[in-house]
Amino acid sequence: MAQKPPLAGRTAALFAAVSDRLGEFYAAPYRRAFAKAKQEEEDLFMLLIFSESLGVPNPATFYTLELLPTLYEDFHDWHRRMGIERSPLDGFRCC
Amino acid sequence: MNATILIIIALAAFAAGYYFYSRFIAERIYALDPNFKTPAHTMRDGVDYVPTDKFVLWGHHFTSVAGAAPIVGPAIAVIWGWGPAFVWVVLGTIFFAGVHDFGALWASARNRGLSIGALTANVLGPRARNIFMMVIFLLLLMVNAVFAVVIAGLLVNFPTAVIPIWGAIGVALVIGQLIYRHKVGLLWPSVIGVIVLYALVFVGQAVPIVLPESFLGMAPTTQWILYLFIYAGIASILPVWVLLQPRDYINGLQLFVGLLLLYGATFIAGPNIVAPMFNSDVPAGTPSFIPLLFVTIACGAVSGFHGLVASGTSSKQVDKETDERFVGYFGAVGEGMLAVAAIICATAGFASLEDWQGIYSQFSAGGVNAFVEGGANIVSAGLGLGVGISATILTVMAALFAGTTMDTGLRLQRYVVQEVGEITGIGALKNGTIATFVALACCLALAFGAGTGGAGGMLIWPLFGTTNQLLAGLTLCVITVMLMRLRRPVIYVAVPLVFLLVMSIIALFIQLGSFIGNGDWLLVTLNLVVLAAALIVAFEAFMAMRREREAIATQAAE
Repeated sequence: MAQKPPLAGRTAALFAAVSDRLGEFYAAPYRRAFAKAKQEEEDLFMLLIFSESLGVPNPATFYTLELLPTLYEDFHDWHRRMGIERSPLDGFRCC
Repeated sequence: MNATILIIIALAAFAAGYYFYSRFIAERIYALDPNFKTPAHTMRDGVDYVPTDKFVLWGHHFTSVAGAAPIVGPAIAVIWGWGPAFVWVVLGTIFFAGVHDFGALWASARNRGLSIGALTANVLGPRARNIFMMVIFLLLLMVNAVFAVVIAGLLVNFPTAVIPIWGAIGVALVIGQLIYRHKVGLLWPSVIGVIVLYALVFVGQAVPIVLPESFLGMAPTTQWILYLFIYAGIASILPVWVLLQPRDYINGLQLFVGLLLLYGATFIAGPNIVAPMFNSDVPAGTPSFIPLLFVTIACGAVSGFHGLVASGTSSKQVDKETDERFVGYFGAVGEGMLAVAAIICATAGFASLEDWQGIYSQFSAGGVNAFVEGGANIVSAGLGLGVGISATILTVMAALFAGTTMDTGLRLQRYVVQEVGEITGIGALKNGTIATFVALACCLALAFGAGTGGAGGMLIWPLFGTTNQLLAGLTLCVITVMLMRLRRPVIYVAVPLVFLLVMSIIALFIQLGSFIGNGDWLLVTLNLVVLAAALIVAFEAFMAMRREREAIATQAAE
């Protein structure tokens, strides 16, 4: 027969379960607002990374250049979100 | 009659409604399927679509729909006696609200979690959808204006509640920082937050805050309304994690504490109801309870706003289709319980019939103040707290409900203004701060346009109720047409639909006469807009059902 865990362990598990449920109760109504805020932050970051390619002088280009290949994958979604139907980059035709 | 008996009758009726009627609706009308894959699974994205435990989902569905409205409406409506208000709340919850809220959840989950707005366009057509958008905008506008007036009235009448009401914002700010910046678990901040909130009640009792009789020519109510709108404007611009999210959360916890306090105190004290069952001696100027009762109590009986929550967020998170009965129907039952508590406070919390008549000396004179004063006597008698402390606790409860609804309402209204900016290409309106100012200006115009000093904003309560019922009518219409397409019985949804539309339209005509008589031209304009919307909704509903019936007849003939 399986032994019952000690009382302290059960209490801790109960507290953790209650805390988890409270966390879900706290977070769920605002998931969308957080996702939107994160998206906006990422969009600004994309603009910073691609600014030189888009013709906007960027003094930090030297440091951000190596991030370009990593972010190309997300570039298409980004320019569509920005309301640009076709890729604005001459050297990168994603669509 | 003893209030305990009334509570037992209400709880027994709600239990029977849930166990028998909602089961019948679930099995025979909505035909819930335990194997149906809900949008939370088929469209799972970790943001909007997330399968959620049914108890947690019920918790935030219930706290999202419960606010000050199920307190204010019943506390105004008992002017006709406690009988009509009690019967409408109990039967309205069981046969109207439960079916409506449950149905909105079912209809949305069966259609990829689409909102009732989008479903209206799909099922009834684009014209009905435009009406729907207009009704929502008016409803938000009235929510903000009415609730600012409600809170301002509480702050003036109960100065001991000023510190805890504003202190709740401080508690929320600290919880927000602890959770977001310091990643603290929620259990202890919740417990300590609630304790601090109630400790502030004692501080407020010792240090009441009264505003000067006149400041720049403004009365205290006017001053509070302005401060509340300034606060709501700032709150709506701040990131949600800073204030809105923890404030909603604390308010949710407080809802459960408040319900326990009120029901516990009534059971212990067992007060007698001093108000008449049917008040045949209503003050001069009180309208007839048919149809006004059915729009004065919207939330607490049936409310269109619940459909927005059910289809906006809850339907995207429901784990199994069979959970919809618990989340939707039982969410309405929770709201009904709050409304019953408000009826008890406003009728059993007074020493004599004369005391009660003194409060209910004219239509709309009772309301939330009667809830606080009557409820305080019950809580004091039941729990042994002082009447003053009990009144402060109930004032804080009502003001926080109204405050969180106002915060969210203003934020939503700002989004609507920004959307208008997008559609019309007016760049300035897209700016969050300018959009907030525009939303605030609309609310202020309504609050002060309805009466001097802003206090006349309460005049729009029945109009707010009518607009809310109109929204419920639209949702029921969508559900009815969906059921017709599925060849299911529609009478259980169609009867509430027809009842709500008829009562709302008659009430709108009566209100129109009253507003014209008083020369409230702003309200006359709003009333005409809502009346036109109600007539169009009735027409659209009739046409949609006729189309469906013809389609069914054609198919049968073939």
